[in-house]
Amino acid sequence: MSKRIDVKDLNVYYGDFLAVEDVTINIEAKSVTAFIGPSGCGKSTFLRTLNRMHEVLPGARVEGEVLLDGDNLYGAGVDPVTVRSQIGMVFQRPNPFPTMSIRDNVLAGVKLNNKKISKGEADVLVERSLKGANLWNEVKDRLDKPGSGLSGGQQQRLCIARAIAVEPQVILMDEPCSALDPISTLAIEDLINELKDQYTVVIVTHNMQQAARVSDKTAFFNIAGTGKPGKLIEFGDTHTMFSNPAQKATEDYVSGRFG
Amino acid sequence: MTSTLTPVRSKRSALTKGQLPKYAPYVVLAAALIIGAAIMALVGFNAFGWGIVSALLFAIGLVSWSAASEGSRKAKDKLATCLVVGSFLVALLPLVSVIWTVLVNGVPGLLAPGFLSTSMNGVTGVYDNRAVEEGAPVLGGIYHALLGTVQITLLATLISVPVGLLTAIYLVEYGNDGRLARAITFFVDVMTGIPSIVAGLFAAAFFFAVVGPGTKTGAVAAVALSVLMIPVVVRSSEEMLKIVPNELREASYALGVRKWRTIVKVVIPTAISGIASGVTLAIARVIGETAPILVTAGFATSINSNVFSGWMASLPTFIYTQILNPTSPANPDPSNQRAWGAALVLIILVMVLNLAARLIARVFAPKTGR
Repeated sequence: MSKRIDVKDLNVYYGDFLAVEDVTINIEAKSVTAFIGPSGCGKSTFLRTLNRMHEVLPGARVEGEVLLDGDNLYGAGVDPVTVRSQIGMVFQRPNPFPTMSIRDNVLAGVKLNNKKISKGEADVLVERSLKGANLWNEVKDRLDKPGSGLSGGQQQRLCIARAIAVEPQVILMDEPCSALDPISTLAIEDLINELKDQYTVVIVTHNMQQAARVSDKTAFFNIAGTGKPGKLIEFGDTHTMFSNPAQKATEDYVSGRFG
Repeated sequence: MTSTLTPVRSKRSALTKGQLPKYAPYVVLAAALIIGAAIMALVGFNAFGWGIVSALLFAIGLVSWSAASEGSRKAKDKLATCLVVGSFLVALLPLVSVIWTVLVNGVPGLLAPGFLSTSMNGVTGVYDNRAVEEGAPVLGGIYHALLGTVQITLLATLISVPVGLLTAIYLVEYGNDGRLARAITFFVDVMTGIPSIVAGLFAAAFFFAVVGPGTKTGAVAAVALSVLMIPVVVRSSEEMLKIVPNELREASYALGVRKWRTIVKVVIPTAISGIASGVTLAIARVIGETAPILVTAGFATSINSNVFSGWMASLPTFIYTQILNPTSPANPDPSNQRAWGAALVLIILVMVLNLAARLIARVFAPKTGR
């Protein structure tokens, strides 16, 4: 239940502005890939092109190919809704639906699509997803309470539970820990380690230690200056990227000399 | 554990300045009222002038006392407080005055037997003359007008809410600030400024042209009112939909949910409390309209429960005709009493609607708590 992603010569635009230029990258199935780089270098923008969330913004478009196990996401006739149900996403700020209970938040992907599901199946799905997100023990007694009453870290794990409840092939995470305290961050990092047994995980992070801790492969993005497009500078095993990078810019960044 | 290294200063702390005693405002107020009364006694007493003079004296007295003992910063603070409280009282005055007048004049009408349960059918000047001359109870009521107001407003709401809400959804979710969206926004703004009588003439002319000349029914009035309501509903719903965080839409898209389902199941439920209270306020806005109803639904003295045929009474037109054409021209007092009673009912209706809006907002509001 996980697929690989191959990106070929991808250019990402906001209107006429080229935000990310010419990215080619191969993301392995059942692995954790981290995107690092300074602010504004296009990591998040690029991540959002991997499940066609980029085009939700007005004027945003993409040139190039993104292959999910060989199927081009941007091919003619591809429905972005199908793409997004296969490639889930967790956002920077926890965003549980405020009108729904914890249980309904987990079931949101099913219920919002009006799929019929029996109560028994729903119970199983809720428990499995919340256990998968390491949240079950904390919320099992208050599943009917609103999701917005949880702490920030719990809300973020609720969002992860919501994402895995629709059983995607790939999970994209856009700085999932940047709004969380160290303990919640640790809980999510542990969770990412468990998730890679079943899913392909791609994570954008500002925290290089986090990238080093959780990821198998790391991609370093950089930007030449404001107004210039972001580029993929180097991509390789996390260990190599942090100990012996090929590029000077990568070495400067991971050793803290800039950025 | 802890010990105080320097002894506590026994006299006044070096960190404080002079302070007015707590009772200062009351003393100044009492003095201002007395001196104000004295001044007014010299020039001829009236309550309104007394209030203004006392307020001025109070502000001057308190600020100068404060300046003398507390320093200029505190004095400025007192001056600003006086100005803010004063403006608040001035703003409150008309409201209290209106409610008081309507209560005093309206309660006798409201308490008259059969006021809420009978119509004006068959109530002629003869009965009113008898009521004034012989002290018989004032006959006649507002049942027909209340029924008309409720039906016309309900029908107007049924027309306006779908149109207004769907327009707002188009503007926020699909319009993309394109040419059509900007044109709609412009025309909605123009519609907001349409005088209500013009809306009434439009509805009347429209039905004259389509159904036949002289078509005056509750439905025509409802169309006229919805012309006034739609822009209000569009505007308030648009604002409410706009403040739904984009993150929620993205969260829904990321779960593979289609756009229209996202709007129906995520965006609208999140904004529903604001939309509902906006709609209620729009109803409150049109429920008191008089002119458009006069030209579209005419006026009736008997009960008409069919909005689609025949002239129909409503509370505002009832008040208007009772005041302008009293049932008994010789003795207009019973008509005045009925008009004030109807005005009180109208105010109560609007107040109930406002309370309902708050209740709806609270019931639908996104839940918090653990």
